Amino acid sequence: MNLALSDEQVFLREAARGALSRFKTLEAARDALDGDEDALPDLWPTACEAGWPGLLIDEAHGGAGLDAFDAMLVLSECGRVLAGVPLLGHLPATAILSDAPNAAEFMADLASGARRAAYLPCQPPSDVHEDWSTDPASGFQRAPLPVAGAAGDDGRGGGRVSVTGSFSFVPDAPGANALVGVAMRDGRPVGVAILADAPGVTIEPVSRYDATRSLGHVTLKEAPAVVLDAPQESLVAAWHLAQALIAAESLGSVETALDVSVAYAKERFTFGRAIGSYQAVKHSLTEVLRQLENGRSLLYYAGWARTGAPGEFALAASAARSVGGRALDTAARTMIAVHGGIGATWEHDAPLYFRRAQLSRRLLGGTAGASDRVAGELLAQADAA
Amino acid sequence: MDLDDTPEQAAYRAQVRSWLDAHKREAPVLQGPGAIEDEDEIIAARRVWQGKLAEGGLAGVTWPKEYGGQGRGPIEQVICNQEIGNAKVPGILDAIGVGMLGPTIIAHGSEEQKSRYLGPMLHGDEVWCQLFSEPAAGSDLAAVQTRARQQDDGSWRLTGQKVWTTNAQFASYGLLLARTDADVPKHKGMTMFIVPMDAEGVTVRGLRQISGEAEFNEVFFDDLALDENAVVGGVGNGWGTALTTLMYERVTIGLGGEGLGYNSTRFAAAIASDEHARRDPEVRHQLGEIASELLAVRFTGYRTLTALQRGQIPGPEAGLAKVTIVNGAIKAGELIADTVGPDALAEDSQWAYMISFLPGLKSAGGTEEILRNTVGERVLGLPPEPRLDKGIPFSELRSKEGAPA
Repeated sequence: MNLALSDEQVFLREAARGALSRFKTLEAARDALDGDEDALPDLWPTACEAGWPGLLIDEAHGGAGLDAFDAMLVLSECGRVLAGVPLLGHLPATAILSDAPNAAEFMADLASGARRAAYLPCQPPSDVHEDWSTDPASGFQRAPLPVAGAAGDDGRGGGRVSVTGSFSFVPDAPGANALVGVAMRDGRPVGVAILADAPGVTIEPVSRYDATRSLGHVTLKEAPAVVLDAPQESLVAAWHLAQALIAAESLGSVETALDVSVAYAKERFTFGRAIGSYQAVKHSLTEVLRQLENGRSLLYYAGWARTGAPGEFALAASAARSVGGRALDTAARTMIAVHGGIGATWEHDAPLYFRRAQLSRRLLGGTAGASDRVAGELLAQADAA
Repeated sequence: MDLDDTPEQAAYRAQVRSWLDAHKREAPVLQGPGAIEDEDEIIAARRVWQGKLAEGGLAGVTWPKEYGGQGRGPIEQVICNQEIGNAKVPGILDAIGVGMLGPTIIAHGSEEQKSRYLGPMLHGDEVWCQLFSEPAAGSDLAAVQTRARQQDDGSWRLTGQKVWTTNAQFASYGLLLARTDADVPKHKGMTMFIVPMDAEGVTVRGLRQISGEAEFNEVFFDDLALDENAVVGGVGNGWGTALTTLMYERVTIGLGGEGLGYNSTRFAAAIASDEHARRDPEVRHQLGEIASELLAVRFTGYRTLTALQRGQIPGPEAGLAKVTIVNGAIKAGELIADTVGPDALAEDSQWAYMISFLPGLKSAGGTEEILRNTVGERVLGLPPEPRLDKGIPFSELRSKEGAPA
């Protein structure tokens, strides 16, 4: 057992930090909120240069052949500076495609980043919800997955179907070349890949509260799709991978929020003392650290479990999301509070992290959905024991 | 980054497992049918079992070989603990001695002390207790008032009171932090002693807690005579010696937190047995949040281990795991009792016992507040709270507080 990062992992992290530091991502985030549509830098070329699109694609197909933990290191760096690199959409999609032999021909382009994929968030059943579902456009009720029509619709064999339905708040959908997710065929889940420019596909860009997060509403009307021969476990694991990635990204944001808050607590004086010397301030900052450390520990668990203990991946990734999501909530609010009034002003960076926290906790099934999944997995374990 | 055993670790695990397979029938039964009930018999049986574990190399795994240990690393210690847990046999009786006090003596004791005390400690022949906390010195441990005065012949006389002392009722020796000079600032005037618990002038009284049971003791010292070589680590060096013990305490808590029984598996099993509770969204939400945090502690422990294995010393941040465990267990106790109803509070209920134990545990090893201060200052680098006791002789400090030194 060894939880130390390898030299390669340290390099991956440092290289990511260096590459992203070339962009003024926070200023861009604020300008974008102010309506400057061109403010956000296109970080995909940077991602391609660094090899991030192929992180989870094996070397034979031009990827780096790395695992979830490595991808999480990169996502954490993105989260630190609120960089909108469309990996949250791309990586889970490539994870499914990697498990589908009939998608092999696309992998080289996806690994190089010449083509970009977006994962259609499809939540697998749990101990209390027997159906697959996806995030609704609005409201509390989960939405059903799209339906895949009969096989062979286009007369080219059983590998093609037409899909009808919709997905809401799909991360990184705008601008993606391919959409990868799950559709129901004859009551069974099947992996599907859909070209974004195919007939019947519309991707409506949507922005909510955090301009750095690219989202889209995807509508499919008899859209032609390739049925992927990826096993069902792969479709399930993609959801959990997305949970682990957003957890890592959130914890990266927590790191910055904490660093900035601690620095301010050391330099800001009231009543003749640095405010960080007051227990009320100090303890709220150690609470952020406590949640951050718990989250980091779970990233190791999730990063290892995906291939090291696949049966525990749902639990590990959901626990990481539950802790990481709540850590970001706490960190963002603490960041504002420690800064006092100025922390709640437009010019400050704290509101940008707060906006990130507010939106993240409601995407991909929500932080609360991950907590429920943790309960479900543990209850099932208890039944089996 | 890999959570699996290396080939060497796997070989060690197999070795431990095969010893346990061969000897686990000799272990005392403490739970279920045929369990020993008499408290004294339990202690006696566990002493014998510790001796067997020591002979088999399953106690003092990280102790140097010259003192009877295995000279192995912390990961092997954890592997050993895991296998003992899997075999469903008790671990060593004197975890405090072997885990914290023995290593302190190894670090600071004289050769005579090491050769006299470490062997019997390791084999469970002589159990040890930690005599640090006092009624007015807990989080502020350097405020100890138990007074040791040196006599003309070099021997010592010791008077005072200790509290929250685990195992004192059957311990042979204690490691005791006393004030030996009140005329210097408080961190400087302390000395560590080895105290025989059966000596004249030592009185041990059980300390009953919320549950009504006495897991801890108060220990009174009335003019206890100690000879010169009872001092560990030199006169006036008590604080430095104590810090070594506290460092091992952090390691023990960091690596063994789940061993307290406050883990997600146990709590989930309690909810799973109620078919309505397990489907209730609010119960599930709370269980998921609590369990996620408790699960994190296991991997924080592995991170601590990795650091130890690489020769790093775990810092005070390991204490945050204790905060997580205690608060998580408190919430879990409330949640489970809410689903069970008043029956959870029946006198023989495991949940009533846990609910009773946790409020005190919140302050064990330093209150949560002092722990957050320490972490805030030493890990985050935040400025310390202004202090009124720095550089002031302990005696003056005491008189400022309105009490005699």
